[in-house]
Amino acid sequence: MSRRLRATALAGALTLAMSGCGGVGGGGDSGGGSSKGSGALSTMGFGFSDEIAKTRVDAFKKDHPDVQLSITEGAFDEQQFLSAVASGNPPDLVYMDRKLIGTYAKRGSIQPLTDCVEKQQIDMGQYRQAAKDQVTLDGTVYGIPEFSQVRVLYLNETVLKQAGLTADDVNLADWASLPAVNTKLTKVSGGRLSRIGIDPKIPEFLPMWAKADGAEMISADGAKANLTDPKVVEALTTGIKLIQDQGGWGKFKSFRDTFDFFGAENPLAKNQIAAWPMEDWFLNQAAKNSPKAELVVKPFVDRQGKPLTMSSGQAWVLTKGAKNPEAACAFVKQMTATDTWFAAAKARAEARKAANLPFTGVWTGNTAADKKIFDELYRPTGNKRFDDAVATIRAAQDTAFAIPASPAGAEFDKAWTDAVNRVLSGQAQPAEALARAQQEATAALDKAAG
Amino acid sequence: MATTVTPSVPGRRRRTPLARREARWAYVFLAPWIVGFLVLTAGPMVASLWLSFTEYDVINAPRWSGLDNYRQLVSDPQVARSLGNTVYYTALHVPLVMLISLGLALLLKRVGRWQGFFRTVFYLPVMTPAVAVGILFLLLLNTQDGLINRGLALLGIDGPSWTTDPDWVMPGIVLMSLWSLGSTVIIYLAALQNVPRDLYEAADLDGAGAWARFRHVTLPMISGSLFFTLIVNTIASLQMFTEVYTMYFGNRQTQNSFDSDAASFYVIYLFQQAFQFLHMGFASAMAWLLFLIILIITAVQVKLSNRFVYYEGEDR
Repeated sequence: MSRRLRATALAGALTLAMSGCGGVGGGGDSGGGSSKGSGALSTMGFGFSDEIAKTRVDAFKKDHPDVQLSITEGAFDEQQFLSAVASGNPPDLVYMDRKLIGTYAKRGSIQPLTDCVEKQQIDMGQYRQAAKDQVTLDGTVYGIPEFSQVRVLYLNETVLKQAGLTADDVNLADWASLPAVNTKLTKVSGGRLSRIGIDPKIPEFLPMWAKADGAEMISADGAKANLTDPKVVEALTTGIKLIQDQGGWGKFKSFRDTFDFFGAENPLAKNQIAAWPMEDWFLNQAAKNSPKAELVVKPFVDRQGKPLTMSSGQAWVLTKGAKNPEAACAFVKQMTATDTWFAAAKARAEARKAANLPFTGVWTGNTAADKKIFDELYRPTGNKRFDDAVATIRAAQDTAFAIPASPAGAEFDKAWTDAVNRVLSGQAQPAEALARAQQEATAALDKAAG
Repeated sequence: MATTVTPSVPGRRRRTPLARREARWAYVFLAPWIVGFLVLTAGPMVASLWLSFTEYDVINAPRWSGLDNYRQLVSDPQVARSLGNTVYYTALHVPLVMLISLGLALLLKRVGRWQGFFRTVFYLPVMTPAVAVGILFLLLLNTQDGLINRGLALLGIDGPSWTTDPDWVMPGIVLMSLWSLGSTVIIYLAALQNVPRDLYEAADLDGAGAWARFRHVTLPMISGSLFFTLIVNTIASLQMFTEVYTMYFGNRQTQNSFDSDAASFYVIYLFQQAFQFLHMGFASAMAWLLFLIILIITAVQVKLSNRFVYYEGEDR
């Protein structure tokens, strides 16, 4: 009796041990046909989050009545995507972060867009170079860029005045001066950090700090890591010091985690931060939630004072085994075309006007679209701070670089991000952590290169 | 269901038509589970065993690589690191859950009229989705504004950096894991209520005190339940994934701001290898190593159970 019970317990335990989780498949019918495309077309990773998405999709549906478009809403999910590809039933198109493209392109899960660009006569010259770099591997285009997010330096002038400083005193070209400025701007009350002075935004912006110091963290072909470059070490050391001078990572991060960047109680409105580089989208949030804030936006600069920024964003990719490549190509062409972007921006401007909110523009991966939007649609709000900020961000778009596509992009990212986190948590010194990251990244890149 | 009594005779027993018919129907009713097990569990297990000897990225056909993936298990320091973290977590989590659950169950047993209410209260947290638990505890464990450190501050204790200090990450995760001990409490309560009262009465007559009654009556009588929860909680701990992934790896922002060495669990690293780095063959090898570890630990526990587990009606 007891032996049998034990055997049953063991069998049950082993079954429990082996239990796992399943993937998700996609769906779609065959299609194809005319140059405009027809039949079923499915996408993954895209959603109708706002009028920008909806207007563009509506435009495609109107011009392509023969295409039955099926958009599976929700963010890109690696597991779902791979399961769909492995099951031989992938969506036609996937909307994904551009930095993932190299990995998937190298594995052959997404298709080169050479034919697509040629047949649909997509003008690749209209897209921003930094965005194109991220979707190009070994000279072949694998994605069509969508938005273009850049980073600029946000300054809270209210806080600067309280500290007896001006926006010019926060000089990112002069790294030696930053600790003193940081100390003046940081506020500690009752042993708790109550205002961040300068947030260097590391790990995520380390490539931009390194670039400002003249170093590329990865080679232009995405095949060689360069994490032990003394300039990368110097960039990391500079960022780490700014955080350590504010009480260390634990206090700094836990305070920053309480921020609500999307609400009326944002750190700018509550004077919880003085200076920080951040993506351009924060300007829209600030205009919407804190129109009276004393915000100054400056370009991020290199050590010579030359404007510099890091670009990122999404792209449309065509999956391996896509059943309706023709309609898919027609879709991405229209979604990223100048006129479509313009119509979407117009819808955004009208929505903002109806809500009595300022329209601060739309920044896309298409230079022609941005020019048309800002020349013909955008009107200064009358709030000089925000109008100057829009001009700064617009100019920054032309100074952008991007981390190039890499066959082991995800592993490269993890290697250097982990290194920075190890330094932040006090487990390693910058040089030591980056040396380990270099080893890990090199192993991954070499393996991916085959 | 009708039962068929067959004479106990040596040699081969002939089954009656009724017994055969009942057996057929039993298989009919079992068929959905059997098919499900073969297609959804056994099949994938066999496939993953084969894939563990290949280089497979999900997209291209697997390429036979022999023992390469198993060699990499030994040479990849992150495997040892994540396995160490997982074992450390298990060693903290399982005894704590069992002790606290037993304490709560003993208290519940004495509550009387309010037992139903408290049983519900203790079990409710189990109903919280794991992802929500991860997000909730990220807020609760915030160094500066988290409820836990605020509570400690009231006692004059300067709370640690639960999510950023590598030494405190794991204790923070263990703390979070106690959120869902309700199911263990319910199992123990059921076991405690099944202990025959006459055993306690006999112990009383023998002059046994509270501790002696607990030690010599309660513990042996609920040892089967203790053993069951030991095995189940050990396996669950070794497979820890969802809550920690949500807290420390779930999105770009968390990935970019936490020390992933300190929070890296074995199954999380397995998942990253499979779905982020597309090394499905290596991930399969990792899965089989975990299976072996669980098999060995469970076998040891079963073996040791001979000494401390008592099943009612069993000769000892």
